[in-house]
Amino acid sequence: MALDLSRNHFELFGLPARFDVPQARIDGAYREIQAQVHPDRFAHAGEAERRVSMQWAARVNEAYQTLKSPLKRAVYLLELQGMDVGAERNTAMPAEFLMEQMEWREAVEEAEASRSVDALEALHARLRGEMRAQYAELGRLIDEVRDFEAATGLVRKLMFMEKLQSEIGDALAALEDD
Amino acid sequence: MALLQIAEPGQSTAPHQHRLAVGIDLGTTNSLVATVRNGVAVVLNDADGHALLPSVVRYAPDGSVAVGYAAQAEAARDPKNTIVSVKRFMGRGLKDIAHAESAPYDFVDAPGMVRLRTVAGVKSPVEVSAEILRTLRLRAEAALGGPLVGAVVTVPAYFDDAQRQATKDAAQLAGLNVLRLLNEPTAAAIAYGLDNAAEGVYAVYDLGGGTFDLSILRLSKGVFEVLATSGDAALGGDDFDQRLFCWIVEQARLAPLSPEDARLLLAKAREAKEQLTTHAETRVTATLTSGEVVDVVVTQQQFWDMTRHLVQKTLAPTRKALRDAGLAPEEVKGVVMVGGATRMPNVQQAVAEFFKQTPLNNLDPDKVVALGAAMQANVLAGNRTADDDWLLLDVIPLSLGLETMGGLVEKIIPRNSTIPIAKAQDFTTFKDGQTAMSLHVVQGERELVSDCRSLARFELRGIPPMAAGAARIRVTFQVDADGLLSVSARESTTGVQASVTVKPSYGLADEDITRMLKESFEHAREDMHARALREQQVEAARVIEAVESALAQDGDLLNEQETATIRALIEELRAALPEPADHRALKRLIDKVAKGTEEFAARRMDRSIKRALAGKKIEQL
Repeated sequence: MALDLSRNHFELFGLPARFDVPQARIDGAYREIQAQVHPDRFAHAGEAERRVSMQWAARVNEAYQTLKSPLKRAVYLLELQGMDVGAERNTAMPAEFLMEQMEWREAVEEAEASRSVDALEALHARLRGEMRAQYAELGRLIDEVRDFEAATGLVRKLMFMEKLQSEIGDALAALEDD
Repeated sequence: MALLQIAEPGQSTAPHQHRLAVGIDLGTTNSLVATVRNGVAVVLNDADGHALLPSVVRYAPDGSVAVGYAAQAEAARDPKNTIVSVKRFMGRGLKDIAHAESAPYDFVDAPGMVRLRTVAGVKSPVEVSAEILRTLRLRAEAALGGPLVGAVVTVPAYFDDAQRQATKDAAQLAGLNVLRLLNEPTAAAIAYGLDNAAEGVYAVYDLGGGTFDLSILRLSKGVFEVLATSGDAALGGDDFDQRLFCWIVEQARLAPLSPEDARLLLAKAREAKEQLTTHAETRVTATLTSGEVVDVVVTQQQFWDMTRHLVQKTLAPTRKALRDAGLAPEEVKGVVMVGGATRMPNVQQAVAEFFKQTPLNNLDPDKVVALGAAMQANVLAGNRTADDDWLLLDVIPLSLGLETMGGLVEKIIPRNSTIPIAKAQDFTTFKDGQTAMSLHVVQGERELVSDCRSLARFELRGIPPMAAGAARIRVTFQVDADGLLSVSARESTTGVQASVTVKPSYGLADEDITRMLKESFEHAREDMHARALREQQVEAARVIEAVESALAQDGDLLNEQETATIRALIEELRAALPEPADHRALKRLIDKVAKGTEEFAARRMDRSIKRALAGKKIEQL
């Protein structure tokens, strides 16, 4: 089968293997390729082509899911560099960072307990701002300095922050639905 | 984008030949069939000029089956054998059906899907739906003057795997080649988007007879990308009728009703609901079988008050879909209204208030889904022209997962994932020496298995005995472009591999389908073998045409030997085509061609991707 699984997501999309890739280029490449391989293009074709098309379309969707998310993209890039990002095997985080995280969580719990949408939204916005700065730094570490050790450490921190962010989102949703 | 034509086998050899394809909206209360004629999507009417076919099927004692208006006319007289709103039973067990006790049917509980006992025997909802689809197929074939190449059949976006599979089975039973199952709101978005050259984020609010869907789509340069979908597979206009019906019963202080009287009053309630769309009040009158006369006046305001909770019930999925898409109501550029139930002014008002804008009503809410499905069918059948260059990216509505220890669900594919999608997850054994593993596939958002829908159970046997936790069982979920799931599993630590593929089964096994097909053909006095043979002949001709077209376009991807092998395969098929031994022999030859051209298909795909990327770089320079 010419379904070449050895090509990495960046190669598949014809993009440079960098963290800093404009979202529009990722979206554009995704649509160009999906337009070629999507099963809708092969609905009237033979069985072999329909099967190949589905495998390709699934593969392209998988690549897009990874590339469009900054965190998943960073993890993927670091894995391509042979780094082991796996959070469960290496969770020793700096004490200072863990303290910060605990403070964040306390603030979220407090806002949840007082059912304050405003407080949760403020936390959400503040965290988003912090993450944006961290992602900029991550881009610098990966693309320019090429310090993959430091980048891996930062990715682990960002995993914590993304999780916290989605928990704030869930808390907001729960309040809205009541 | 001329490059797109590379991926269009079959088009170049016979561009003049229009393939007959239709879009079918299989609705809870009404169904429609539409096609694209001279580049314009049109609904096909019946001989009396009706566009809508009431989704009503009546089984008569003499063995005849009536569908549509004729069946509807008998509904009150023969409620037990006249099945209305059968869509509510598709892929559903008895315990899933709301108000089953007050429905006039003789339900038969069966594993997976409920059945209905009628004078013509026990019927599955799939068989009943197939009657509706067959009627529409015959209508279309009469109008278009030939057999159909295929059909796009629409389903509510929020339908789960069991309901989708049941719909596809029904279409096949009705003799339709299903080109695609298409989500109803997505079909509506195609019709609306193409008609209005719409760009930006749109919401489709689709309140049908029995189902509610809310989809958020981004329309951009010919790409229809579903960002999120949500809904309620058991909420629709029927519930408004039911509520008004209960109110009338209370007001008139009626004793428990016979099934005949209940049907009659329910029909009256529906008429009153429709009246209240444009009138401030209406009068409901009916004479019951006892001779008792019902005479009640209901005002618009009363009706709105008694159904307020139903309208509110649509807003929770609306909020959820927006949240999943990461959008605020204000970021939605337009709200397309679909489904007859959206004609109710109170629904219009609630949607306007929620989105802070006037909803879009410029397409007929009863027809827009069928029209969109027809447009997609036209393209999928291979009638694509340069103007039809759009791409649909749809999602699955509900998460798919596996049961793990303690009755918990491990999600494998999250809801709103773009399809097609394949995902694998590794599991391991729990006990030393464990040689088998039972897998339970579920669908839903809850964490407990008992709160999700069970899709399939299967066992993986022949795992080599190892210490607990040493085996590695990789389970792969694959969802195709119809939104249908297949699951496979294999153990791969020791090189010994056990592998099994299941199609989730909720009721209908392949033998059931075969039996029903046989019965339906006997019923129609058609020779099943003749039909199967005809189908295989059409398929064989299509395959030959597709491979020849591919050879003409991309023959240079093959060496002489490979070309000769493929040519020999199609010649063998061509030779057998005029007088094949039977349909199975022809199918074997078609399969042989499929297998022999797999590598070629893969290389062509590779080339078209490379060209797409090359084209992209040039654009960027």
